[in-house]
Amino acid sequence: MANMAQAIRLALHYGEEHLGVTDIFGEDVGAPLGGVFTCTQGLKTAWNTPLDERGLIGMALGIAYGGGKPVAEIQFCDYIFNCIDLLKLCGNAHWSSAGEYHVPLVVMTPVGAGIHGSMYHSHSFESMATHIQGWTVVMPSNAKDAYGLMLSAIADPNPVLFMAPKGLMRAKGEELIPGEPADERALHHAIDAPVGDRTGWAPHWPPVEDYRVPFGKARLARQGSAVTVVSYGRALTMCTHVADDLTKQGLSVEVIDLRTLYPFDEQAVFASVKKTGRLLVVNEDTEVTNFGEHVMRKVVDHCFYDLLAPPRLLAGLDVPGVGLAWGYEKHSIPQPDGIAAAIRELAAQQP
Amino acid sequence: MTATRWTPPTLDEATKLRIHDLMVKARTTEEMQIRMMRTGHGYFWIGAPGEEAFGVPLGLLVHKGHGPAYDYLHLHYRSSPTVLAMGSEPIDALRQMRGTLTDPYSKGRNFVNHFAIKPWNIVPVTPTIETQYAVAPGTALMQRRHGGVGISIVTGGDAGTAEGDFYSGMNWSTRPGQELPVLFCIAHNTWGISTPSATVQNFRELNKRGDGFGIKNVCIDGNDPIVAWHAIAEAMDYVRHERKPFILQANVSRLYGHSSSSGAHMHDEEDCLPRYEARLIQENLSTAAELKAVWDRWHDVLHDALQQVEKEPMPDQSHVLQHVYYRGQAGN
Repeated sequence: MANMAQAIRLALHYGEEHLGVTDIFGEDVGAPLGGVFTCTQGLKTAWNTPLDERGLIGMALGIAYGGGKPVAEIQFCDYIFNCIDLLKLCGNAHWSSAGEYHVPLVVMTPVGAGIHGSMYHSHSFESMATHIQGWTVVMPSNAKDAYGLMLSAIADPNPVLFMAPKGLMRAKGEELIPGEPADERALHHAIDAPVGDRTGWAPHWPPVEDYRVPFGKARLARQGSAVTVVSYGRALTMCTHVADDLTKQGLSVEVIDLRTLYPFDEQAVFASVKKTGRLLVVNEDTEVTNFGEHVMRKVVDHCFYDLLAPPRLLAGLDVPGVGLAWGYEKHSIPQPDGIAAAIRELAAQQP
Repeated sequence: MTATRWTPPTLDEATKLRIHDLMVKARTTEEMQIRMMRTGHGYFWIGAPGEEAFGVPLGLLVHKGHGPAYDYLHLHYRSSPTVLAMGSEPIDALRQMRGTLTDPYSKGRNFVNHFAIKPWNIVPVTPTIETQYAVAPGTALMQRRHGGVGISIVTGGDAGTAEGDFYSGMNWSTRPGQELPVLFCIAHNTWGISTPSATVQNFRELNKRGDGFGIKNVCIDGNDPIVAWHAIAEAMDYVRHERKPFILQANVSRLYGHSSSSGAHMHDEEDCLPRYEARLIQENLSTAAELKAVWDRWHDVLHDALQQVEKEPMPDQSHVLQHVYYRGQAGN
């Protein structure tokens, strides 16, 4: 199975061939590297840029104004923070011009912890991103969803922020992407650039097909009845593992993978909470003004009388960064044991 | 068919008089906006009185149209002389000043002189003072690929050049082998709100920052529309045909201060209009009476426009959620 980096690469290739992508660009995105996570190896419209994130977003906006379809990469979301006002301009151009202009662009950026990335390769960005209006914000938790969300992002005529969990870039999918070779070694030889000299190398793209994950549609990752866990990205994979363990122990846990954070699938979450009466939101971002608080507020607004326990958020500690030593990350980013404990506590609470 | 050569219009006697007419059109439009601000017919005013001698020739020399074959304009909020010279109607500026639903640029959402005119490649003007420098290389890249003579024109003030986006614009326009057709225009009025430029920037000739990037540049007297016309035409000719960037600094006046926030009172700086009118009379192109008639005509136009704008509908709750997302087909 393709890993997430390969899935993103295949989606970008499909976008070049079938969806009008004109430019895939960013720092180290073009040859020879093809992206620090290899997401852009071998792509025909990929090019390298100056180390200038504001220039990157400005270029993307200009290309979109000029009739192109850009996909810009910020190498790590940790370096996107100086772009906030340009991201706001992308998101407000349609509204501020009263519908005169629209901005078809994609910004993709790796997010989150899990790679011993220390203070500036471990940030999360979803809480800030979902506060920038006019954007659609997505984050896959597996390779096939990464492919389908990227195609939806490319096809959308509005700005879309595609956040890829760094810790899942090498995680292999559990389902084939339509058109993906079943033999993962064959896929590797076809599309992964060799180590060393790449001057004579060219990819041999498999005939991947149109497969889209619609925006605003969550995935029921695990079906259960006692507690609803809402998550996304890397934290989602922890939640499903924990849910599987707890289910074996007799505690039935439902896990929802949001996939799209804005607009998130309210109906899927509400339906689950009305069934279980208990909600846990799990993510890596710091806990104050966390995106999960928005999910909880919506649940309180719509499901208050169905709740059997106060909704709970398990998020990153409110500290300035994720430290390099494992002890820092382990004790500031949600881990499986903490998720399991939170689920057990919720399940034990009675009205 | 995409043009491969561009020849500027001739600066004949008729054009010189047209420049005057458009300068008065711009001045009277902005003075009406200031009146609206003072009389409660609008809120915040910010604009370009004092920059007409540069802005009007720029507007007249634009290769106007839609798509990469034509010029893209990344303007700042002191660009109404340019947009009015391109043919926009003063009443639309008053609509935006008042914030009416009929404001064609933003439906009452943005400050006055924040234009967005897609058929003319005028991308949305933003209240930020520098971001346009980072965006212009994007449209210029599409024009480089398209070929022809279309260029990306980006304007700003001297204060905005202190931001890093000005550096970004120069850097992204001069990548080796990937040079871009961007015309950078700096309208240097010597102020950043209340701060004299000379106290916070080390250069009077900000255009010389282009030297470090190998960008040709020039500084001109922006209060003389004839000087401005020739300088802009020459710079455009270079950018259109060499497909490389150019920086043109025009030293201009700021006659009514920064905005309504500083009172919008007349300041004692050189006014390009009486200077130009003296020249027209001296060259026997017009008389004082004829020039006064131009002012009277535009005053009448503006008076009637205000009467009309006051009758027009304002946005209400039903308009708030319009245009958050585009729901049409992908692509532009």
